Amino acid sequence: MKTKVAIIGAGISGASIARVLSKYENLEVHLIEKAPDVGWGVSKANTALIHGGYDDDPDKYPNRARLCIMGNRLWHRWVKELEIPHVWNGALIVATEEEDFDELERLLERGRRNGVPEMRIIDRDEVFHLEPGLTRDAIGALWVPIVGQIGPIPAVIALVENAVANGVKTHLETEVTGIKVENGEVKGVETNNGFIEADIVINAAGLYADEIARMAGIDYFEIHPRKGEYWLFDEGIPGPRRVLFPTPTPISKGIVVTTEISGHLMIGPNAQDLPPEEKDNLATTEEGLEQVWEGAKKLWPQLPPRSRVIRTFAGLRPEPTGGDFIIKAEEEVQGFINVAGIRSPGLTSAPAIAYEVAGIIERDLGVKLVEKERWNPYRREITHFFMLKPEQVNEMIKRNPAYGKIVCRCNNVSEGDVLEAIERMKAIGVKTPSVDSVKFRTKATTGTCQGSFCRPRIIQLLAKEYGVEPWEVTLKGRGSEIGVGDVKALLRGDEA
Amino acid sequence: MEPMPQIPMLSYDVVVIGGGPAGMAAAAKAKELGLNVLLLDENDYLGGILPQCIHPGFGIHYFKEELTGPEFAARLAKRMIENGVEYRTSARVLEIRNYSDLEKVVIFTSPSGVYQVWAKAIIYAAGARERHAFEIGIVGDRVAGIYTAGEAQTLMDIYGVLPGKEIVIVGSGDVGLIMARRFALEGAKVKAVVELMPYPGGLARNVMILRDFNIPLYLGHRVVEVRGKGRVQRVKIVKVDENLNEVPGSEFWIEADTLVISAGLIPSVKKLKKIGVEIDPSTGGPVVNDRLETSVPGIFVAGNSLLINDLVDYVAEQGELAAEGAKEFIEKGGIESRKWVKVEKGANVRLVAPHYLSGDRDLYLYLRVSRPMENVEVRIPETGKKVRLPVVKPAEMVRVKLRAEEIRKAQERLTVEVVGA
Ligand SMILES: Cc1cc2nc3c(=O)[nH]c(=O)nc-3n(C[C@H](O)[C@H](O)[C@H](O)COP(=O)(O)OP(=O)(O)OC[C@H]3O[C@@H](n4cnc5c(N)ncnc54)[C@H](O)[C@@H]3O)c2cc1C
Ligand SMILES: Cc1cc2nc3c(=O)[nH]c(=O)nc-3n(C[C@H](O)[C@H](O)[C@H](O)COP(=O)(O)OP(=O)(O)OC[C@H]3O[C@@H](n4cnc5c(N)ncnc54)[C@H](O)[C@@H]3O)c2cc1C
Repeated sequence: MKTKVAIIGAGISGASIARVLSKYENLEVHLIEKAPDVGWGVSKANTALIHGGYDDDPDKYPNRARLCIMGNRLWHRWVKELEIPHVWNGALIVATEEEDFDELERLLERGRRNGVPEMRIIDRDEVFHLEPGLTRDAIGALWVPIVGQIGPIPAVIALVENAVANGVKTHLETEVTGIKVENGEVKGVETNNGFIEADIVINAAGLYADEIARMAGIDYFEIHPRKGEYWLFDEGIPGPRRVLFPTPTPISKGIVVTTEISGHLMIGPNAQDLPPEEKDNLATTEEGLEQVWEGAKKLWPQLPPRSRVIRTFAGLRPEPTGGDFIIKAEEEVQGFINVAGIRSPGLTSAPAIAYEVAGIIERDLGVKLVEKERWNPYRREITHFFMLKPEQVNEMIKRNPAYGKIVCRCNNVSEGDVLEAIERMKAIGVKTPSVDSVKFRTKATTGTCQGSFCRPRIIQLLAKEYGVEPWEVTLKGRGSEIGVGDVKALLRGDEA
Repeated sequence: MEPMPQIPMLSYDVVVIGGGPAGMAAAAKAKELGLNVLLLDENDYLGGILPQCIHPGFGIHYFKEELTGPEFAARLAKRMIENGVEYRTSARVLEIRNYSDLEKVVIFTSPSGVYQVWAKAIIYAAGARERHAFEIGIVGDRVAGIYTAGEAQTLMDIYGVLPGKEIVIVGSGDVGLIMARRFALEGAKVKAVVELMPYPGGLARNVMILRDFNIPLYLGHRVVEVRGKGRVQRVKIVKVDENLNEVPGSEFWIEADTLVISAGLIPSVKKLKKIGVEIDPSTGGPVVNDRLETSVPGIFVAGNSLLINDLVDYVAEQGELAAEGAKEFIEKGGIESRKWVKVEKGANVRLVAPHYLSGDRDLYLYLRVSRPMENVEVRIPETGKKVRLPVVKPAEMVRVKLRAEEIRKAQERLTVEVVGA
């Protein structure tokens, strides 16, 4: 008989766990997510860095220190297997004062302890050789070549597609409302879509992991949100080639300046602690954005005029009591595993977290894991028109003319790309058509015009493929419908 | 440049990029002048943004008759098609390459494939894009219900979708005002039109719309924040002082489910920038001579890609001028270099085009002022030219005709100024 596993939360943690557990013959894995699509929680808005593993103190935060570097190493493999957009461009932690070198030495030492390869402190000349546009105040830096960047939501999507291809079942728009525990053993999860039976429940619910834990009677930790805000600029604005950090202070890694993987200059985040009840407060603020601007200017003096911004956004870090990742099988509730407080560097650590969880299942829950004879480690990236050569497009067009027609003019996304995205949405169980689901798969609407040309066309395609009226198509799930009805709805009195 | 033997090759005298009024007028005219023309547009239909502008107010100068946007577009399309202009819709130009002065390559994609077109000249008429919420510094939640005016208009008039029922509009230019009326006519409640400047941006007849429909206009105010869960729920507005700084404590909220941004257009010239076309920061479009030729020989530009026009009539006029330029270019193997007279911006002139004049032809100067004034003269001291106007506004383009002999009076430069009469 198969052991039934319910993973709560399809963020980078839950998706990584689902992929790793999909390797085993004797597990039946269910991935449960309240949002309409995967990767829309904390994993959606972050700096997208695959960190170097040098800044977490192994004495204070042993899990973070250990899993970050392991995760970094694993991502180097996973991005290839899963065709996840990435760049390995390295990071510079920049010193602008003599005293900063003391901190860089400490980071170097800590990095060595954590097992980070190839780091070194470099002098002013080498810094400017690597990064000519850096502030003239720079006097040296810690150079960490293993740092990289990935597309965080594309990564979650890739993991889930791969997990589903290997037999994992998804339950989207399914909110866990209770955990059934009998005689100290989990029996399953209650949801708005009914009961899902499970022998093992893995709590990877991001900001809400404390609430889920409490449903199982576990209340030794709490999670509060820590907001970080960002500016993202139009393409063509010169940004750094490396990821630039200031020398960290005891409270913060500081505001990063980077060219994100699509080639846009990005700055952020700041850090603002919010009360636990504000877990959905993702609003940007004038003060927060100002703080980011001032911080970034110190490293990258040639910021563009503010009118060249194409987007500002905010993310919430799930900060746990104690500060370290909480990854363990809870003894008082047999079969309940917490993967909680996965704050930064959670994106980096996710693959390592997933192997950790598999280990816990074997070691602490005593389930002997049997590998599948055939497990498919590969997943093919969605077609991106903008990555194809003209002759390749012409090959595609022979099969489907939609690949020749551009929908998003800023990023050259074809109708074929969008239709393929919709197909893939359906394949992992996305039930509510949303523009954001298409956006995260194709990059449509993320360019200079922010969708004002292509959004109506995407809405049209979604409406057709999902068989709904165009005004029922959503931006990001129920409650975000793009219209109230057909043009005459109000005149007819359809709407109150 | 790499040759591309693998992709089908077409060959024309001129390729026109964009099938809006500028492109259609250019293509029709070029054909009439005997050139072999291909027009490309990425939309499924011809007309650019006109098919979505279902209100009247188009064509008074060009067709001497007041038409709606679709009617204006249809007339141009008819003229162009009857002339035998070849065109393709659903055809997006991906790249322009300047192979040599007399050989350009345009690469486009379409449902029938990717093609390369070799041409002697290009007329670029790709229109403009709208400024969006992030560019104008609006913070808060990223929710449904925030649209640019053009997007809202497309949803309503092309796709038949009503975006919302309680509307706040940012910007009191003609586009914002026309959208206010459009929403009101469909039974939506337009709760406010919010204008940063102390005066309304649009034509007086369009400002009247607000009175007709009882829509409050907040002058000297700015929308700063949007909040909502899923969908817009409320919009924060603050007052600004003469320097456009926020007045502390002046903020208030309006409940609405939709925010429409009508905060101006920006010429779409990315593809031109990539091949090194010089851009005028004040128009956002290319620097051009009086044939509307850009700094790259043989590439001409017209319409909203040249500078933002408020009248489609001027757009069509520019298209024809660009076609004449292309004809001359092809016939003579280039626009002759000559002693160009440079146009300089004087008092209260925010932007002006064209930038270089030959003095061998009459032409129109298109300009915009920085601030509104009444009872003014447009003066060009070097030529002795004076044109009286009762009123000028930043949102209204001023068009001044200059005769060749007037231009020739200027030596190297001429200065355009708008001063009290
Ligand atoms: C500003 C910021 C910057 C960051 N920068 C980096 C970085 O550069 N590098 C890095 O490594 N890390 C970074 N991080 C951290 C990283 O983003 C997180 O550690 C990681 O995304 C957490 O993923 P998760 O899967 O644990 O949580 P989530 O992505 O939040 O996934 C949890 C999921 O659970 C779902 N859920 C919650 N409750 C329920 C319920 N009751 N029923 C069903 N589903 C539920 C949620 O909808 C969500 O999708 C950053 C974080 C922030 C906020
Ligand atoms: C809401 C609104 C109300 C208006 N009201 C009036 C009015 O009452 N009276 C009036 O006279 N004017 C009005 N106008 C202005 C007038 O419509 C414009 O000035 C005019 O349409 C601009 O024409 P254009 O040809 O330059 O650009 P567009 O009409 O924008 O056409 C450009 C075309 O180029 C295409 N294109 C762009 N890039 C490419 C590419 N790479 N490959 C292929 N095709 C491409 C676009 O899809 C588009 O079809 C209004 C405008 C708006 C938005």
